[in-house]
Amino acid sequence: MLGLNSRDFKLFAIVCIMALVAPILLNPFPTDSALGQSFNAGYPALMQRFVIFGILAIGFNILFGLTGYLSFGHAAFLGMGSYAAVWMFKLLSYNVLPAIVLSVIVAGIFAVVIGYVSLRRSGIYFSILTLAFAQMSYQLAYSVFTPITNGETGLQVYNADPQILMSPGDPTSPHLFGITMNGQTQVDMGGWSFVFQNGYYLAALFLIASFYLSIRIFRSPMGLMLRAIKSNQTRMSYVGLNTKPYMLAAFVISGMYAGLAGGLLAAMDPLTGAERMFWTASGEIVVMAILGGVGTLIGPVLGAGLIKYLENIVSKINDGILHSWFSFLPDWLDNLLVTVIHPFIGKGWHLTLGLLFMAVVIFLPGGLVQGGQKIMGLFGRNKKSDAKDGAKTPAE
Amino acid sequence: MSILEVKGVNKRFGGLQALGDVNLSVQENTVHAIIGPNGAGKSTLLNVLVGKLIPDSGSVMFDGQSVLGRKPHEIAQMGISRVFQTPEIFSDLSVMENVIIPCFAKRDGAFRMHGIESVASEAGITEQAEKMLDEVNMLDKRHMTASSLSRGDKRRLEMAMCLVQEPRLLLLDEPTAGMARADTENTIQLLKDIRKQRGITMAIIEHDMNVVFSLAERITVLAQGTPLVEDTPDKIKDHPKVREAYLGEAQV
Repeated sequence: MLGLNSRDFKLFAIVCIMALVAPILLNPFPTDSALGQSFNAGYPALMQRFVIFGILAIGFNILFGLTGYLSFGHAAFLGMGSYAAVWMFKLLSYNVLPAIVLSVIVAGIFAVVIGYVSLRRSGIYFSILTLAFAQMSYQLAYSVFTPITNGETGLQVYNADPQILMSPGDPTSPHLFGITMNGQTQVDMGGWSFVFQNGYYLAALFLIASFYLSIRIFRSPMGLMLRAIKSNQTRMSYVGLNTKPYMLAAFVISGMYAGLAGGLLAAMDPLTGAERMFWTASGEIVVMAILGGVGTLIGPVLGAGLIKYLENIVSKINDGILHSWFSFLPDWLDNLLVTVIHPFIGKGWHLTLGLLFMAVVIFLPGGLVQGGQKIMGLFGRNKKSDAKDGAKTPAE
Repeated sequence: MSILEVKGVNKRFGGLQALGDVNLSVQENTVHAIIGPNGAGKSTLLNVLVGKLIPDSGSVMFDGQSVLGRKPHEIAQMGISRVFQTPEIFSDLSVMENVIIPCFAKRDGAFRMHGIESVASEAGITEQAEKMLDEVNMLDKRHMTASSLSRGDKRRLEMAMCLVQEPRLLLLDEPTAGMARADTENTIQLLKDIRKQRGITMAIIEHDMNVVFSLAERITVLAQGTPLVEDTPDKIKDHPKVREAYLGEAQV
């Protein structure tokens, strides 16, 4: 269906449903309960991050997952996309459509230039070149290009901006033809309250479209060529194929995905700064892909979700919350546990992430997807034919 | 008619004259072997033919067009395929995918942006690849990952990848190097079959005299970067210069 084989269609359908009902799924605990306060992730600001960074990771995976070329500067395209989008808000109006379109185009143009130069080398040298470009972009945005980027302060929309397409009745925040991004519907059911936000749904639709396109690319002749490049470049050229344009195409597509993600970030919150291009942001994308499962279709989305979840949920937990959880224990044990756990929560969430990352790389080199497959394997021994199918098409 | 014409090719690596004034002409529809002791310049010559090395002087014409200065993929698109000493295949991909890729390269050229339609929907290509795999008796292995094949099957697969493109000239770089006796015999048989069924022009670089004399129709002997003689296998066997330079050590 939709030009996908049945396995891919199933996966695609699951992603669609998950994205659409996420506001309900991610709120498993009653809103006012202790668990709900700590672990519920179904609030718009976080869900937006799930899908936007999901798009970013999907795009990154088209480059890294298929060709094995590790770009260490992908955040640069994200940042450029954000700047482009905010400029559209400043010049035209708060309508997100031109902003998102331009963010994709700008990222694409920069990807052509950066890709053309970086792809002259492979392996570690390619990674270093992309890193250098990204850091250069960051430094330029931070200082030299202040008139365009507003430097340290960050770029935002001011009352004095032209906004030539703005008519008097228009909303004064990002909107899609009048539907404001921060507009939301709240549904209260018993102890639960679910928030359905317009902005989240716009981003989710883009995620679904991005994911669909990525499946098509994975299964296309071009996807096959990209996997062949990862496998053996010598044979590629002796078969009569020019690897360079294939690589550049993958790099640009991947950069445009990042630009889209940047544009969406700005559409959710119309301001941006140079820190979006910083090298740690690029590193985070790599971690997302590896954590989820490089070269698999769904892995990078899972990785992006997990990292954003940890970032927002684990970092929220503090000693006070821990004490309330352990209050049923004797005081000395309560204090001991809190002392032990303390470094891993709040500001220490990176430590949790780091340990998790190490565990995944050591025990599950195929990422969360491999973990999922192992669990499925334990439960569904009778589904052996399925497992064989999986071995044939490694890129699930 | 000669399909490959090498004229006055010279190549120096620093102080070493790897190729000195090499003239060679491969006739269409023959199997031409290039032999010579270690360091005679066989591999250098092959690398010149496929565009990996550019000679200091001389010309290499394939079918009336110069190959010098062209990139390996351009030369491959002209109709020259190469089989390597150690099989160069796409180890991470399935056997079927290994053969599908050259089919696309033949049909669509060096690059085509086809990122939307699925590989599975290309019925013509799939059929072509399956036919080829059937011809080399590997159809039952089409879902296997190429890296899990035996050495002999890898060679067979590489051959299939070259043949499916219907090349005008097939270059073979020591196709049986490091192979067990049985694998060598199999490879000879495979090459003989290909020769018989497809009438493909081949140029073989080989150490193993058994392979050379069971396949070649013409032989060029290289020594110290220069062609010593070129003749039919029978004449080469008895040629005094060749015996002196080469066969003297290895009695045939």
